[in-house]
Amino acid sequence: MIEPRSEPPGTIDREIPSSLNQLYQEVILDHYRKPRNKGHLDGATHAITMNNPLCGDVIELMLRVEGGSIAEARFLGRGCSISLASASMLTGRVRGKSLEQALELSRKFTHLLHGEGALLSDDDLGDLRTLAGVSKFPVRIKCALLAWNCLEELGDGTDADGGSG
Amino acid sequence: MAEMTDTKQATGTLASERPPEAAGRGDAGDVSAGGGWDLAAIRAQFPILSREVHGHPLAYLDNAASSQQPLRVLNRVERYLREEHANVHRGVHQLSAEATEAYEGARRSVAAHAGTRDPAEIVFTRGTTEAVNLVASSWGDAFIGAGDEIVLTKMEHHSNLVPWQLLAGRTGCKLGFVDVTSEGTLDLDDYDRLLGKRPRLVACTHVSNSLGTVNPVREIVDRAHAAGALTLIDGAQAAPHMLTDVAKLGCDFYAFSSHKMCGPTGVGALWARRELLEEMPPYQGGGEMISDVKLERSSWAKVPHKFEAGTPNISGVVGFGEAARFLADLGSEAIASHEDALKRAVFERLDEIEGLHLYGPREGRTAVFSFTYGDIHPHDLSTILDQRGIAIRAGHHCNQPLMDHYGISSTARASFYFYNSPREIDVLCEGLALAAEVFGGIA
Repeated sequence: MIEPRSEPPGTIDREIPSSLNQLYQEVILDHYRKPRNKGHLDGATHAITMNNPLCGDVIELMLRVEGGSIAEARFLGRGCSISLASASMLTGRVRGKSLEQALELSRKFTHLLHGEGALLSDDDLGDLRTLAGVSKFPVRIKCALLAWNCLEELGDGTDADGGSG
Repeated sequence: MAEMTDTKQATGTLASERPPEAAGRGDAGDVSAGGGWDLAAIRAQFPILSREVHGHPLAYLDNAASSQQPLRVLNRVERYLREEHANVHRGVHQLSAEATEAYEGARRSVAAHAGTRDPAEIVFTRGTTEAVNLVASSWGDAFIGAGDEIVLTKMEHHSNLVPWQLLAGRTGCKLGFVDVTSEGTLDLDDYDRLLGKRPRLVACTHVSNSLGTVNPVREIVDRAHAAGALTLIDGAQAAPHMLTDVAKLGCDFYAFSSHKMCGPTGVGALWARRELLEEMPPYQGGGEMISDVKLERSSWAKVPHKFEAGTPNISGVVGFGEAARFLADLGSEAIASHEDALKRAVFERLDEIEGLHLYGPREGRTAVFSFTYGDIHPHDLSTILDQRGIAIRAGHHCNQPLMDHYGISSTARASFYFYNSPREIDVLCEGLALAAEVFGGIA
């Protein structure tokens, strides 16, 4: 019988690989299991639903913009831990920002997911930095970006210069 | 599996062609009951099975998406490309004759796999999807009109759903869908209700790609014919596991793909009764499919060439034929016996795991297992298992209406083939334990 080479025969490798530990940090699992700002937003000024047709994940993002800044953000949807944690964190990080500032945050977050390590010291990203481990799993980047794609679509709707990271 | 023809048991063919490479993970253990099933030798035929992924031996459990190719197929395709390639059915020179013989020889092998004595009833396509589209376009546009009914089921792969939606858009025909029971089988009472509307066609999968359910095709076909409907069977998930016998099934169209049965991608086949093919108009126009061409009109080649416009995927077809011969040499009884043993072992092991929910019936199914595990999303499971070299699929498996039926958005799916080993079931279970640990337990 051929066993995985990294371990002596006859044992089960219980050690969690570090890449997985970086991907599934406690903060992320906490947002997945206890999402913040999940639910319908009454009085939303902006709302959009987007899906990932390859995997069936769906996020509806709702914003209430007052006096040029995001007074409240909530979301509904279903998806993996990465997409839901990302959506949960988004709703917390964009509150109080203008749409333009939120889109700037979206661009930074996208760069972080593509491995731009310098952004790890950018406090504006806050908890979102715990999602940096996704950069080691390229096929999962689209999960982390689903809620942000919603934000960019909403930004594009009101701000022609929205950009797409 | 009901619809299986008697074939010879595994022969010495494999042993004589055994390459020197090691078999990788899973060379231990013969779970099949009969003799002659040498799993190590079979695995050694598949070079890819001895590679590593993320430092672990590959455990390839995504066979319902695409199977791997044995050396026999790889070598046959290479020999064709190195020594026999030219365009087919065109030239009088030696290479063209050899290429044509290789291509038409593959048609005979694929015809034998489908269980027809008439190779002209095999039309080569790009795969199951194109085979269904061919029928929906050619037969559908010619014989279906506004108000006509077509009966599908709620467990169809999108490839046996969307082509009919397009046909409905073009013609105004109506689509009805047979319900699925909570066990994951077709509700035949609901089927009878739909047959009461006198549909023109019933299009149904032989084996569900996500639940593994083996549908009672003979029963479905007989009831359809009694109601005056033709039948199209999507055999993509059946043809890899059993020798099809279209005569025993009694159906009118049968579609299947090469790449799920040890052959190359980009090639598949439509089997249809010859008289249906003869009365159907061409699917695409071009070279190869004509008899006589004038500026204003043309006449068509005989079947099956009428449906094979343009230069076909010759090397793919040659590999497809070799894959069909490879499966015939293994013997469908021997394949089924090994897969049955794997299936029992998977049930035994996965049943023990708390929080793991298996979809699909317990009996009358293939070794494809859709499941959910606690609150761990299938994508997260797939990522974690991948880190252990385990390849499974996560998602809706091109079965969105079926997922909606169960009120879920996706499942994890582990699909086994005859070259999988009992050891790989252990590895899967160890991977699931790791996932539970990463998530701090199963909620």
